[in-house]
Amino acid sequence: MAGLTPSGQGNGSGYRRIVAPLLLPTWLMIGIFLVLPVLLMAIYSFLTKEFRGGVIWDFTLASYDQFFLNRGLFGDEPPVIEWTYITIFWRSIWQAAVATLICLAIGFPTAWFIATRPPRSRAIWLFLITIPYWVNLLIRTVSLKFLIRDNGPLNEPLMALGLITDPLPLVNTNLAVQLGLFYSYLPFMVLPIYAAVERYNFALSEAAADLYASRWVTLWEIVLPVVKPGIIAGCILVFVPSLGAFLAPDLLGGAKTFMIGSLIDEQFRGSQGNWPFGAAAAMILMTLVLIVLMFYARAQAREGAR
Amino acid sequence: MKGVRHYPGFLTMAVACLVILYAPLIVVTVYSFNASTSITTWGGFSWRWYGDVFTGPEAPRFKAAAWNSITIAVLAASAATTIAVAASLAMIRGGRFRGKSATFALINLPLMVPEIVTAVATLIFFSAIGLVTGYMTILIAHIVFCIPFAYLPITARLQGIEDSYEQAARDLYATQWQAFRLVLLPLMLPGVISGFLLAFIISLDDFIITNFVKGAGMETLPTAIFGSVKQGIKPNIMAISTMMLAVSVLFVTLSYLVNRIGQRTRS
Amino acid sequence: MSTAIEIRSAVKRYGTTTALHAVSLEIADNAFFTLLGPSGCGKTTLLRCIAGFEDLNEGEIRLFGQDIARLDPNHRPVNTVFQHYALFPHMTVLENVAFGLKMIGVSLDDRRARAGRMLEMVHLSAFADRMPTQLSGGQQQRVALARALAPEPKVLLLDEPLSALDLKLRQAMRVELKTLQEETGITFVFVTHDQEEALTMSDRIAVMSQGRVQQVGSAREIYEAPVNRFVADFIGETNLIEVTVERIEGDWARVILPGGHVIRCAAAGTSPGKHHLSIRPERLSLAKTGELVATIERVVYLGTDLQLLTRLTSGEAIQVRLQNSARTEVPAPGTQVALHLEEGAARLLAD
Repeated sequence: MAGLTPSGQGNGSGYRRIVAPLLLPTWLMIGIFLVLPVLLMAIYSFLTKEFRGGVIWDFTLASYDQFFLNRGLFGDEPPVIEWTYITIFWRSIWQAAVATLICLAIGFPTAWFIATRPPRSRAIWLFLITIPYWVNLLIRTVSLKFLIRDNGPLNEPLMALGLITDPLPLVNTNLAVQLGLFYSYLPFMVLPIYAAVERYNFALSEAAADLYASRWVTLWEIVLPVVKPGIIAGCILVFVPSLGAFLAPDLLGGAKTFMIGSLIDEQFRGSQGNWPFGAAAAMILMTLVLIVLMFYARAQAREGAR
Repeated sequence: MKGVRHYPGFLTMAVACLVILYAPLIVVTVYSFNASTSITTWGGFSWRWYGDVFTGPEAPRFKAAAWNSITIAVLAASAATTIAVAASLAMIRGGRFRGKSATFALINLPLMVPEIVTAVATLIFFSAIGLVTGYMTILIAHIVFCIPFAYLPITARLQGIEDSYEQAARDLYATQWQAFRLVLLPLMLPGVISGFLLAFIISLDDFIITNFVKGAGMETLPTAIFGSVKQGIKPNIMAISTMMLAVSVLFVTLSYLVNRIGQRTRS
Repeated sequence: MSTAIEIRSAVKRYGTTTALHAVSLEIADNAFFTLLGPSGCGKTTLLRCIAGFEDLNEGEIRLFGQDIARLDPNHRPVNTVFQHYALFPHMTVLENVAFGLKMIGVSLDDRRARAGRMLEMVHLSAFADRMPTQLSGGQQQRVALARALAPEPKVLLLDEPLSALDLKLRQAMRVELKTLQEETGITFVFVTHDQEEALTMSDRIAVMSQGRVQQVGSAREIYEAPVNRFVADFIGETNLIEVTVERIEGDWARVILPGGHVIRCAAAGTSPGKHHLSIRPERLSLAKTGELVATIERVVYLGTDLQLLTRLTSGEAIQVRLQNSARTEVPAPGTQVALHLEEGAARLLAD
């Protein structure tokens, strides 16, 4: 019987009649203050920059041209590919990808370990992993910077012990940014994988072991394919915010570690800014993210179809 | 013979994970009690930097920023929670309707769009419509990105409540509003509180979007801390950080307890 | 006797599937009426339509003459006992029972008194201040009953209320429910898939299948005179055999069994041709000699009964039930026996 009358299908709760008024605030808030702004941003990316920060309503491809092509100092030379911004984007993608992989390498064993604890200690582990997720990202990034700076609590004891003579050059390097991204988003990797492992039927592993598969073969052949949706979700949750990250590169990195977030931010600072160019860079970033999310949606759909 | 759940090395990884997550926080907490003016050397235990936060030269700035942060977080979380409750009623109890999946996408849109893009778009929008950036613009932006965070736990809770409770109430002569107020809302409450707490923390946390739409002279705690850190990490920042850390821990514990109580009231 | 509920060509569709195909039904006042059928037959949907949790696509539902099909649940003077009780978990037992009274505007003192009396009636006065989760399944069941009866509904609807209880409790509750119905004089409409439950409690039973009412009648009528194969098969155990009706003589039909054996049974509106014959296993007995010869294939010991699985020489499997008494001779598998049909044991089915 229940099959014919799924929860919420009846009119007993009466909310069917007032769906539109219930959703109106959501539509208005997100529609006006997010969808409309994004559309406007798309338009801005085709406008002409004004010098004191702002725009002139003349449509042009100048911003995208500036992003991808170099026409010389005076704009009259034959165009060649401009590598500056592409390099920044490429570095961002690379950094985000590496951060995602490191998060996965540490996050999966951790998630597995937590999910296989008895209920009481599992709750404690989960609680401990969740707390950093709730702690202000700025504070966590500042704390990390404090820890790894030249005269910080990491380098000092190592030097005092004579293990190193000079402080490890961590701050203002790619490594620091990498560490920052990893540190920022690690909980995002652990939680969805944990959720997947918790639903994993351990009898599958027992069946594999029974059929002569070793522990690690079982992990590779059975466990990973089954918990894949959780792994993909974790990777997306780490990769996407890493790509547009601002705090970790800004606070931990230096000039050589410039990432998309900082590039965009710079375009909206004071009179040096270039709003149309910033809007164009944001559009390109959003396109990248949408492509990733579309792959994710397709993977999900395929998973659902099975 | 160990079971199939056991993998050698996984314990080490899990412990490493905790160490990495907690080491910076613990170090900052410890150094916030450092009596020395220098952040490098340890000068003994002291509460002086906590005193400095409330009475020192930067105190007025941080107080104003904290007040802004807290009032914005309360208002934004309240508004987002109210909107999310209405939305989840429509999405979970409203049956099938046209535009349902589009609405679902819309609710989740703030999670999909990278923060920096939202920040840029919102700034452009406010400047285009001529809205002066300040308290109001921060509040509006915060309500928008808090909606999906409030929506998640509320929906999860509502999905777990059979509609037979409301039907029983209607059957016993309650109007729809009475059935909501007297039966459904009390049952949803743990989810609503979780949603509010999550939205509150998310609002309190936000730096990037706030930094874009705050306008000159307006500060929230994160933007004030960021401004200060740009000049170098000072001990008073560590004291503030430690206090915010304590607030976060308090909130997780609170939301954890609310969920525990929620599970007990569920038959 | 007046009519409590009258349903006229009720149609309910979910998207492309039809849950109710023009169902018409009359339920007499002060009756214990049961909707019986397998899961997915539409019985719960029909009950929910009467309660007002589902809207009919077509048709009407009259309650003592008034069409209530378009009213909201809170405007229908009927109350429901839900399958899993749906006791409000955040209210005490007493608050649960008093809820309906509060909604119809009964004063605080009156509703306390009335809710108290209802709890007394279901023997739960001592539990008034407990929370529902602190009660056992059987106690929750009785609270749900008290809550639904408190506003004195014109009709009480019960949606498989006993399905969550264990066997002993279920049997005790059957008696209690029937007594309650007789004491209050309220019409009970009871939904179940358990035929034993239906047969023991009901004044009248409507057997439903695939969104249609197959037969309405007393317990005896639907058991002894099923109108079609579905009812015969669903209620109790039966042997269904394909037979040929050779000719009809008045109320009687001449029926040829497989193997050529000829019997006479009630025509039941059939015409000459192929039909199904229903024979209840307990209406068959073993005889020393006879024309209906079968081989014993297996003997199953059931405690009170013995079940014999036999096969006719023509190939049909036939079950026989024998009471297990000291005098019962148990034939060994492989032996040939003759089956004796009691008078009226076989029933011709229209489809």
